[in-house]
Amino acid sequence: MEKINQPEENEGGISKALKAQMQRRTFFRYAGASAAAATLLLTTSCDDDDDQIDPLPPVGDAVDLGSGDVGILNYAYALEQLEAAFYTQVIATKYAGMTAAETQLLTDIRDHEIAHREFFKAALGNNAIPGLEVNFTKINFNDRASVLGTAKAFEDLGVSAYNGAGQLFTDTGVGLTYLTLAGKIVSVEARHAAAIRDLLNPLSKDFSGDDVVDAKGLDVSRTPMEVLTIAADYIKTKINANNLPK
Amino acid sequence: MNILKLIQDIEKADPEVYGRLDSRRAAFKNISGFSKKIAVAAVPLALGSLFTKAYGQSNNAIVDTLQFALTLEYLEDEFYRLGLASSTAVAAANRPVIEQISKHEAAHVKFLQDTLRSLNATPVPKPTFDFSAGGAFADWNTNPATFLALAQAFEDTGVRAYKGQAGNLIASSAVLTAALQIHSVEARHAAEIRKIRGLKSWITGNERGAGMPAPTQAVYNGEEVTTQATVNIASGGISVGAASEAFDEPLEKQAVLDIANLFIVQPR
Repeated sequence: MEKINQPEENEGGISKALKAQMQRRTFFRYAGASAAAATLLLTTSCDDDDDQIDPLPPVGDAVDLGSGDVGILNYAYALEQLEAAFYTQVIATKYAGMTAAETQLLTDIRDHEIAHREFFKAALGNNAIPGLEVNFTKINFNDRASVLGTAKAFEDLGVSAYNGAGQLFTDTGVGLTYLTLAGKIVSVEARHAAAIRDLLNPLSKDFSGDDVVDAKGLDVSRTPMEVLTIAADYIKTKINANNLPK
Repeated sequence: MNILKLIQDIEKADPEVYGRLDSRRAAFKNISGFSKKIAVAAVPLALGSLFTKAYGQSNNAIVDTLQFALTLEYLEDEFYRLGLASSTAVAAANRPVIEQISKHEAAHVKFLQDTLRSLNATPVPKPTFDFSAGGAFADWNTNPATFLALAQAFEDTGVRAYKGQAGNLIASSAVLTAALQIHSVEARHAAEIRKIRGLKSWITGNERGAGMPAPTQAVYNGEEVTTQATVNIASGGISVGAASEAFDEPLEKQAVLDIANLFIVQPR
C-alpha cells in the first residue's frame, strides 16, 4: 500500500530527467495556448497594408530573433540565409577543378537551401528578421578543401541546430506544424552532410562518422546559443537570441 | 469481485502487464496488502491507480511510438548483421559504410530498449524476419545490388517513419530530441546508400530511382510535395524537382508497418 504512494525506488538518470521534462511540458501546454494565439495574431496581421511594416527592428546594432515559435523560425531562417549565401557563392565562383558531378551536387544543395530560406521568409511574413550580412573572409572559394570543409561544417551545424530546436516549439497548434516542418528540413540537411562528407572521404565511415554520431547512435544536438556562437564567425550582422525559448 | 481472477484475466489479455508494472510480485503485494486494510468498495480505485501507472495517458503515446521505432530498428539491425555475415551480400569496397551503418542500428536497438525500460515498459520482442519477402528478393544476401536496394528502401523508410512520429513525442523533450538525433542518422545512412547506388542523395518527386524494385514504390509515394504550409516552394527559380528534394515527407505509422510487414513473418 505504502509503495503505491511512494515515489518509485531507484528512480534517477533518464527516468528522472524525463519526468522533469514532462512537468515542464505540461506547463508549456497551458502557456502554449496563449503563445499560439499570439502567433496567429502576428501572422494574420500581415494583411494589414496600412501598417508601417518594420518588425523586430535591431536593438542596438543586433537583430532580435524574437520569442516563442516565431523566434525559433527566425533562428532557422538565419541559418538558412547563411547556407544559401554560401552555396550561391560556391556556384558563382567555382573552385578550380570542380567536376561535373560536384557541380551538380553543389547546385542541388544551393537550390535546396534557397528553397528553405524562401520558405521561412514567406512563413514568417512580417515577423521575419531582415537579410543578414555574411562574412566569408575565412573561406577560400577557389580551394576545394576550403569550400567542402566549410560545407561540411555548415551542414553538420544545421543538423545539430534543428535537432536541438525541435523541443523548443510550443506543443500545440502551429507549434506542432513547425515541428513537422523542421523535421522535413533537418533530414535533407543530414543528407547534404553525408553527401559532402562522402565527397571528402569517399566510401569511408565519415558520412556518418564517429565525430558526429555517438556510441548510442545519436547525432549531435546543439542549443541556439551554441549554434549561433559557432555561426558568428560567418555572420557579420549581430544577432540577439536572448528571447528565444529555452 | 474477485481481484485475483481479474488480474489473471488481464495477464491473459496482456502478457506484458507485469512489465508495465514494477514486477508481478510487487503488483500482487500491492493488491493483496491493500485489500486487507481497506473496504472492498475502494479496491477498484486501487486497481485504477495501478492501471494508470501501467497504461497511463502521459506515457502511452511515447511508449507506443518507441515500440514502433524499436521494431523498425530490429529490422535494420538484423538486415545489416546478416548481410555482413554473408560472404557475398556486401561488396568489399562498401564494407566500411555497411559496418558503420550496422554499428548505428545495433546502438539504436539498445538505446530504444534502455529508454523503454526507463519508462517501465517491456521492449517488444524482435519479430522473425524474412528479407526475401516471401521470395521477391530471394538473392538479398548473395547479390550486392539487391542488398543495397533493400538498404535504400529501409533507410528512406526509416527517415519518413521517425519524421511521422515526432508529434507523438512532444510530451517529453528528452525523448523527442533523442528521436530527432536518430532520425538524422538514418538520413545520413540513406544519403550514402543512395550515393553508392548511383543516385542523388535526396529524393526527387516520388521517384524510387533506377534499379529499385517496383514493390519499393510505397516508400516514395507522397514525397512529391512542393507546397509547405501553404507556401509554394517551386517558385523564384526553384524547380519542381528541387522543391520536392528540399523537404522530406513523413509517413504514417500504418503505411510504414505495411512496408515493414512485407519482411516480417507473421505468427500463425
